[in-house]
Amino acid sequence: MSGDEFILESEGIYKSYRMGATEVRVLKGVDLAVKRGEFVAIVGASGSGKSTLLHILGALDKPDKGIVRFQGRNLSMQSAGELNRYRNKRVGFIFQFYHLLDELNVLENICLPAMASKSVLAWLACRRWAKGRAGQLLAELGLLERANHKPYQLSGGERQRVAIGRALMNEPKLLLADEPTGNLDSATGNGILEVFEKLNKAGQTIIMVTHDERVARRAGRIITLADGRIRNPA
Amino acid sequence: MYKIILASRYLLKRHITYFAILAVALCVFIVVVVMTVMTGLVNDFKDKNHSFAGDCVVGTESLVGFPYYEDFMSSLAGADFVEAVSPAIKSYALLTVRRRDLNVGVEIVGIDPIAHSRVTGFAETLYYRKGDASKAFVPGYDPNLLGCVLGIDLAMERDSRSEYPYEASPAEIAFSISCFPLTAKGALAKAGAGLVNTQTFYYSDASHSGLARVDDSTVYLPFEQAQLLCGMAGPVKRISAIHIKFKPDVKLQDGCDKAASLWQNFKRQTAGREQADLLDTVTVQSWKDHRRAFIAAMEKEQTMLIVMFGFVGITTVFIVFVVFYMIISHKTKDIGILKSVGASNADIVELFSGFASLVGFLGACIGLLGGWVFLLKINQIEKWLFEHFQFQLWDRTIFAIGDIPNRVDAGVLLAITASAIAACLLGALVPTWQAAASRPVETLRAAQL
Repeated sequence: MSGDEFILESEGIYKSYRMGATEVRVLKGVDLAVKRGEFVAIVGASGSGKSTLLHILGALDKPDKGIVRFQGRNLSMQSAGELNRYRNKRVGFIFQFYHLLDELNVLENICLPAMASKSVLAWLACRRWAKGRAGQLLAELGLLERANHKPYQLSGGERQRVAIGRALMNEPKLLLADEPTGNLDSATGNGILEVFEKLNKAGQTIIMVTHDERVARRAGRIITLADGRIRNPA
Repeated sequence: MYKIILASRYLLKRHITYFAILAVALCVFIVVVVMTVMTGLVNDFKDKNHSFAGDCVVGTESLVGFPYYEDFMSSLAGADFVEAVSPAIKSYALLTVRRRDLNVGVEIVGIDPIAHSRVTGFAETLYYRKGDASKAFVPGYDPNLLGCVLGIDLAMERDSRSEYPYEASPAEIAFSISCFPLTAKGALAKAGAGLVNTQTFYYSDASHSGLARVDDSTVYLPFEQAQLLCGMAGPVKRISAIHIKFKPDVKLQDGCDKAASLWQNFKRQTAGREQADLLDTVTVQSWKDHRRAFIAAMEKEQTMLIVMFGFVGITTVFIVFVVFYMIISHKTKDIGILKSVGASNADIVELFSGFASLVGFLGACIGLLGGWVFLLKINQIEKWLFEHFQFQLWDRTIFAIGDIPNRVDAGVLLAITASAIAACLLGALVPTWQAAASRPVETLRAAQL
């Protein structure tokens, strides 16, 4: 299955959690392959393991068993430092609850991934570039007027667009979105999906987790997760 | 860069942080004030003891004394490390105030005031002729009389502000001083003939050394008179001690070692001579060792204070721990977010350690500033409290303390600041470590609940 056309592959992913005395097996051998430039939606009922799978694909969590390859490189073979760089440079996360830092303003939140990968001196050296890039993203996302606002001063849709800007800051190859419209009304959610479609048309690979079939239909391919496995394998 | 921004924003936005800063500031304030005062008192006490004894004392505790001191003083005078030497007679006596029914046991010290002032700070302790020891034993009211210098607390009483009543010259008071002269073998020299030697002296000056035990029990007498009184002026003359002052560039221990070496040579050369066995009781001690019994008590108090403030420090560490535990437990979402954008465990540790250092630094600065201002005004504050409420930190009629020491030591301040930051880092260590070790998925999931 491995090849240059696939940006991300997973083979036999297993994951279980312990809840008190019982062990809950969430993923029971998930095989998945995502091509470069694809817009994939992973759907499934609540508790089906969609978010868990997304976290494993983004190296926020580790599988009990199985392999995740990004551009052919096995994530489980990489050091903690390499995984930090993977989360910083290769993937961008968008969460249902936005997860912006309340203490930072919009511009600082968007610049966060650029700041995270650089020392103070390196940051000062590239600050102009980073602010230019953040300004460009703010303009594309219609947030230029909000650059100095704090997250609590923004609407839900605006916060999610800030989260998208943050995810795109380091120009990652892959966007991972976990229920990006789950906390928004349908009109605002639609606006977010339009942003995703626009990004995908520009070549951005996106994996989006959702429980909403209508949202999922906006993606190029739908993968259904049920009972810990993919029902319509790629 | 984000660590600096976030640490400073956490500091400004989380009001609970102010409690941690306040705890550190209060702790630093207390430590600065008490340590400065205590260190000042101890250093002042040490300086006074140094001034009282000179650099080194070659002497004996025996009331019999030791002989051949003139020979040894000649060797010392020829040594390149010695600036000056002064022989002294030390014994106990009964002081009787003539025409008054007053007897008091005193320690008598026989000295040559000029020689003794070259070695010690004796001249500076004189109350009426401060700095001029040449006439210390010459009563101003009659230069032909035999004078004596009383420890100032024997001569007059301090008021509640630790000040002695001003008098232009000493009153004409005659004292009888009686002591038991001893033979070289330690027997009573005048057995069967009244036992005591008595001599009349006239009050010529008072000595204010600042050492309570000295000032309330010592009477300085002319060297030859004291030697006669104590029975040390026989064919083989004896003394109790030789006080030595080293040249300015000589280190105390080096000087003492050289003096001890000279003494050993002298002892070998003197072995076999009459009364030479008395030399075995003689020790060579630095002023610190000579006054150890008195200094040690103060140093012990200082050590106890440091231990007590160690406990205060532990309390501060605990407060910082609680505050940081609360702050970090409210910041789990941030930790998850930071890790999702690539922050490492070390970055999280750096972020919260930086935050803790900031709390420590700010707390220390506030505490130091407050402590410094308080110390600057401490004597005025005490004076005001005494005038309005009769409150004094130390009862000056009992304690030989003038102004409260308030000279701030830059080294101590630096050490306190470093300790405050270290205490904050220690307090934040466990919560920071827990934060760094947390799995991003768990923290993000917890933030969604």
